[in-house]
Order: sequence, then C-alpha cells, then structure tokens
Amino acid sequence: MSRVLARDLHPVAWWTWAIGLAVASSATTNPWVQLLLVAVTVLVVAACRSDHPWSRSFRLYLTLGAAIVVLRVGWRLLVGGSYPGVVVLDLPRVPLPDWVLGISLLGPVTREALLAGLYDGLRLATIVICVGAANSLANPKRLLRSLPPALHEVGTALVVAVTVLPQLTASLARVRAAQRLRAGEDRRVRGLRRLLVPVLEDTLERSLALAAGMDTRGYGRAGPASPAQRRTTGTLMATGLVGVLVGTYLTLDRTIPQTPARLLLVIGVLLAVAGLVVSGRRVPRTRYRPDPWLVPETLVAASGLTTAAVGLWVAHHQVPIAFPDVTSVPQVSLVLLLGALVGALAALVAPPPRRVAT
Amino acid sequence: MIALDRIGFAYAADEGSDQHGPATLRDVTLSLDEGELVLLSGPTGVGKSTLLGILTGLVPRYTGGVLSGRVLLDGVDVTRTTPRERAHLVGYVGQDPAAGFVTDTVEEELAYGMEQLGLDPATMRRRVEETLDLLGVADLRDRDLASLSGGQQQRVAIGSVLTTHPRLLVLDEPTSALDPTAAEDVLATLTRLVSDLGVSVLLAEHRLERVVPFADQLWLMTGDGGVRAGDPADLLSDSPVVPPLVGLGRAAGWSPLPLTVRDGRRRVRDSGLRARLGPPLPDGAAEPTAAGPDRHAAAVAVQARGLVVAHGRTPVLRGVDLTLRAGTVTALMGRNGAGKSTLLWTLQGTRARRSGTLAVGGLDPAAVTPARRRASVGLLPQTSADLLYLESVAQECEAAGPGARDLLERLVPGVPDDRHPRDLSEGQRLALALAVVLAPRPGVLLLDEPTRGLDYAAKAALADALRGLAADGHTVLLATHDVELAAVLADRVVVLAEGEVVSEGPTRDVLAQSPAFAPQVTKVLGPPWLTVAEVVARLSDGSEA
Repeated sequence: MSRVLARDLHPVAWWTWAIGLAVASSATTNPWVQLLLVAVTVLVVAACRSDHPWSRSFRLYLTLGAAIVVLRVGWRLLVGGSYPGVVVLDLPRVPLPDWVLGISLLGPVTREALLAGLYDGLRLATIVICVGAANSLANPKRLLRSLPPALHEVGTALVVAVTVLPQLTASLARVRAAQRLRAGEDRRVRGLRRLLVPVLEDTLERSLALAAGMDTRGYGRAGPASPAQRRTTGTLMATGLVGVLVGTYLTLDRTIPQTPARLLLVIGVLLAVAGLVVSGRRVPRTRYRPDPWLVPETLVAASGLTTAAVGLWVAHHQVPIAFPDVTSVPQVSLVLLLGALVGALAALVAPPPRRVAT
Repeated sequence: MIALDRIGFAYAADEGSDQHGPATLRDVTLSLDEGELVLLSGPTGVGKSTLLGILTGLVPRYTGGVLSGRVLLDGVDVTRTTPRERAHLVGYVGQDPAAGFVTDTVEEELAYGMEQLGLDPATMRRRVEETLDLLGVADLRDRDLASLSGGQQQRVAIGSVLTTHPRLLVLDEPTSALDPTAAEDVLATLTRLVSDLGVSVLLAEHRLERVVPFADQLWLMTGDGGVRAGDPADLLSDSPVVPPLVGLGRAAGWSPLPLTVRDGRRRVRDSGLRARLGPPLPDGAAEPTAAGPDRHAAAVAVQARGLVVAHGRTPVLRGVDLTLRAGTVTALMGRNGAGKSTLLWTLQGTRARRSGTLAVGGLDPAAVTPARRRASVGLLPQTSADLLYLESVAQECEAAGPGARDLLERLVPGVPDDRHPRDLSEGQRLALALAVVLAPRPGVLLLDEPTRGLDYAAKAALADALRGLAADGHTVLLATHDVELAAVLADRVVVLAEGEVVSEGPTRDVLAQSPAFAPQVTKVLGPPWLTVAEVVARLSDGSEA
C-alpha cells in the first residue's frame, strides 16, 4: 500500500460509498449489523480522512449518533408504557388530562419496549454517522464543484451560502463583545436589537462586497448562446420537470395503473437530463484541476453499493434476520456479515490522504 | 489605454426620488497609460471608491446614482458594459480582500476567475503556477484562505485577479489594514507587476507616504467634484495633504520636492540642512508632549504583570508586563497577529487570561460586572460601527448616558443631532463611537486601530482629541500600524511580537531603533529627529535668532 501515491479521492466516490452504507443500515433493524456498520465507517474514516478542518467534524457526528440512541430509549421510557412483554422496571403511571387522550407518562417499562427503542435509535444513528463520514472524508464544497456545468452557478451560490454561517457566528460574537463596551438598553427585546442591527448591517455589507467581487471576476458571464438555443434548452428543462412532477404524483397514487405512470417519470427525467447536457455544452466555464475518476474511485463506490445491495437482498429474502423479533436474541447471517464487511474494503483500496502543510 | 471622458456622477439625493444630490464627480477627463502606476488620493468621503467603481463598472450598478460621460478602453466605449463582461480587462481588489473570496483554498481562489472566463485547463494550470511564484505565495497553495495573515490575503487577492491577465488592476486601499512590513511587501509586488508585466495599476490610498515613491502619476481629488492629475512632486508642492517627507522638503524650501527617503537624504547632504538645524535637541526640549506636570511621577493607572492568554492551546500573549501612567499616550505596535487586539481586550477584562495579575486603578476589570468595567476602562474596538445601533446621533448619545453629547461636541464640533450614524463621515462616526465609550467616564482608554480609513485631517483631529483627553488625566493606549501618527501623538511606544513585549520606552528611542518603525523624518535626518513640527520649530527659531 505504501507505494500508492497520496491524493484526495473524488468526493462523489465517498458520497456513493457512504450512501450505500446508509441504505444498508436503513434496510434492517438488526442491532449487530448496525454496530458493525458503525465500526466499518469509523475504521474507514480513521484510515482515510485528511487533516483539513472539515475532517475534524466526525467526532461531532458520533456524539450526535449517541445522543439519538439515548433520546429514542428515553422516549420509550417516558411514553411507551403500554408495550406488552417482560416488565423490567415498574414505574407508576402518570395520567394526563383528558385532552391528550390515549397518552400516559411512564408506567411499567418492558424489556421489549426498551429494545425496540434501542434498535430504532441505532438505525437512525448509523445513518447519521454514515452521512458524517462522507462529510469528513470529502469536502462538501468540492462535491458541489462536481455538479454538471449547467448547474455551476447554483453550485457557487450554495458554496457561498455554506460559508456565510461561520461568518455570521464570528460577527455575532464580535458585536456582542463590542456592545458590552457601552451603556444602553439592557432589557430583553430592546437588547436583542443592539445585537441584531449591527450584525445584519455587517452581513449585508459583506454580501454586497462578495457580490461585487464575484461580479468583477466574471461570475455569471453570458455564454455565446443564440435565442433559438436558449428556447430549446428552456423547453427541454420545463417539459422534463413537469414530466417528473406528474410522474411522481401518479406513481405515488396507488389507484392508477403503475406502468404508464413510471414511463412518464422516466421520460421526464430523460428530458431534464437532456436539457442539462445541452445547456451545459454552451456554458463557457471550465474546471481547474478536476478530481479524476480512476480505479480506486470505482472500487470505493462499488464497495458501498455492494453493501447496500446485500442489505436490500437480506431485507427481502431473510426477513427474520433483517427485522429480528424483540423477544429473542437477534441472529446474523453470513451474507449480511460479509456484506457489511465489504464496506470496509474502501479503507484498503482508497489512496492515502494528502497531508496539508499549515 | 484607459481614458475617462468628461465623467460626471451624482448619487441619488433620497431613497426613490429622481432628484440627485451634489455631484461627486464633475466633468472629469483623465487618462492612464499602459504600465503606469497611478495613485488616487484625497480626503475621505470625496469619492475615491466611486471613481474606482466607475472603472470597474460597479458604479452605478451596485450603488445607484447618475453617471454621465464615457469610459474608453483602447478607444472602445465600455461605459455600459457590466463588471462581469469587463472581467478579462479590469481586475478589482476591494478594501477587505477576505470579503471577496469565493472559494476556500489559495489555489482554487487563483483559478476561480479563469474558470469563469472558460480558459482551457492547461493555460489555467500554467498561470496558477506563474502567479504563485510572482506573488511569493507558492508555499501557501493548499492553505485555507481564512487562516492567512492580512498581508498574505491581500497578495492572494491580487493574484486571483491577475490570473485572468487584466490590462488594468484597480485596488481600493490595499495597505490600510497592514503593518508597515506587510504593506511594503504588497507595494513591492505591485511595482514588480508594473515593471515586469506592463500591467497598469490604479490604487486609492490616503496614507501617501507609503505609495508616493512608486507612483508615476497622482490623481488628487479636490472635493468639489474635480480631479487634478499630474506628476506627484508637482502636485504635492501645494497640496493641502502631504506625506511627512514632502512636509520636510517644503519646510526646508527644496524644489523639486523629494519623494523617496533616498532623495531626502541626498538633499539633506547637499543643502546643509543639518548645519542649519544645529545640534540635535537638548534632552526633553521638544518632547512631543506637554501633558502632565511630571509624567514620571504620575500615578500608575494600569499595572499588568505576566499576562498569559491562550487561544485553545496556542498562546497569544506569553507573559506580558505593562505599566501605563495616568496622563500619558502609549502606542502599541507590532505586526498583524502579534497579539495587539488580544492585549487590549485582556486589559479591558473581557478576554479571560490564563495567568498574570492586572490592576486598573486598583481594580481587576476581569472580576467585575460589565457596567463597572465600562466605568474604569473604555475600549474602542477595531470595527467601531459595531457599537452603534440606533437611528440618529441624538438617540445614540442619549442611550450612552449623560455627558455623551458634550463629549462628542468636544471631540468633533457640529455633528447634526438628527443624522443617521451611517451617514456620518468616517471621522465623525469614530468620534461618536468614542463619545459613547467615554460617556461612563473611564480613566483608561484603549483604542484598537482607530486610524484605519481616516485621512490626514481626521487623523490630526483624533490626535488632538486624544492629547486633550491625556491632558485631563486619562490614560490612553492605542494599537496602530501608523508610525507617523505614533511619532506625533505618543509619549511611549510598546512593540509586541509573538505575544511578547520586544521593546518598550519613550517614542523617540523605540521608533528610532527599528528600521521598520522609523518615521520618514527620522529616516532622513537620523535620530533624534521625529516629526516635521520639530524641524519647522527649530528652523523658525533659527531664522528669528
């Protein structure tokens, strides 16, 4: 492995991998599988993340996952009182007034209620951790840079929007410190104004400066498109999107025959994609050092997708394993175990991350 | 190459009305040649940024107002062209370079403009490498833009517009936020661009002393809508605002005026100015201050011992000792990021310290409530507009407490009561913020770079006001990059580096010791001469005798 040169993997590869794991996780409530998937993501993140600022966010997602599990179980304790099964903790029931009919607080806690909460919480936590893994492995902003050229301007706007949040926090802290330096309204509502007026003025000024900066650097330059070309792309996009909308609606409405509905959906998607491609061709933007898509990218994406496929297969063909009964110890099948482990292969096939000198 | 043909401009008088206010520019005709460095100067609020905006196309698009006349680029009228369609011709770097960054690493930022123009990848790659070398930022290529120092950010911002190979580079106060060394780096970079690449550069700046030596042409805005253009030495001979070196030249009656320190030294040698001045000052004869009867015996107002402040695990201040006496003005200097702001906020008590003792008038400001803190230490933060939040000057003064209005009247007379704080000039707004801070009558006043964006007149007014406060017994500590201001204003100078005090003492000693901090008069005449006023006083004494 040491001979592989260090480079950043294509962000789309990491996101595909992570979404694959998340899909596998959502297809089962089996706690062993969830724990295994969390272990796999932790392993891969530990092995492959770089030392960029965004890479440090993974710990935050792990904490968030733990909080989700605790909350879910706590919720079951609080309101899940009437779940049948073995009582492990007999708490007194607290009746609520009539208008919240059917809900009562506390009551006897059954092992089954706790386990159901735990399984459910674990599944949600795993999905959150998978997204967090993608976030710390690949710069979300670079992902936006991989958008098709036609969506380039939307992408830039999103990047800017992402940057605004930390700036807003910084400006809030600065104004707060400054306002303590002077006398003035101290009451709650009027006091809020002391904070908001300078922060909003600051934000507005910054946005204008940024807009001016982007404008002078050529953001939004018109391409050499003729009116006829513009009409073509416009029509393609509009028809395509209408097709997607109507198709989605019809597919969700079970009383309507499904085949024509799905056909409509597919045609809509195709038209929209065609519109994107045609308009993208006319956009004069180019991309500086785009991330290449090489063999490791394919392998990483494939490992995630394999895990997803195995998860979905188990959910359809080995139902007792995918959704274990809370009354007995959950079982794991060899297929499921191997499927989850395939996700860990990403750590082996991905090139080592670049180190950034600071 | 670029020509302004009878340009006139006026902002709208009122929101939504068709009337327009007094003309900012009136019938201005100017031209700028290939490979020229032009310095645009004039008092604040006179319309320097407006003129720059007309060249980049941002005015009137982003500001409103009425523009007449034509902007010609190689004979082609570009007056109605949008900024984005001028991107390959005119590069623009705004006052705060960090506010204009679109991406998050140095390399991507350099490439951004080229991506918009649709250059092919090979050209982009080559130009990014060339620009990294040209600006000396190659070792920063992967760095996060937010983690760069002010001078580095400024150079990256210049690089990011250079990659599209514009014909004209327009910069709005590129050195105003930088320490003297970083400012010199940026200016050296600009002159290199002018001489090596033949790029034309137009930069607005009111701290003339730094830029005048490099300028081929000076455009001086007169304030009545006109612009005088010409050779810097000619224009400065009767300009109301001049750098200290030119002031010295005028006092000594030299013609043509010296523009560089080297010129100045040669003149001193040839004209025998030293002989006319006589021996260096007798001890303390022309100390820049007359404050306090005996400053060495004055009470200690601020006593700090071994202040340690850390940001996470990174130390910002490493054991700072500081003693400030009542009735003195002290200048706090040092490069960007040396810990000047942190020291001020620590002395004020808001910033928690790791260790060390602090006593301000016998009180530890970190241990008391914000209200009591305000009554003992006043701090004017770097962005003083953060303090203001109300709709009129009168409301601000009322909210600040009794006496604020009188203080403002003393600092800057005649500020209208009903004016919105944002409509005030930079100097007036600063005075208002200062009055708000001083209203609870603190004995100690700390100022964080108050002169940023102030012209010579406003700076002189601020210096007078601070001297007046010191004479009343206030203790003043101001962080500044402006050596010329420190030379005229401060009794003592403290220089910080890496969170430690590296030199401390009377202004004359500290400033003369360091080549980076020496004011122009010291550079030309040698220590102990510090200010033009001293030289003028000695010359007039000599002529009377």
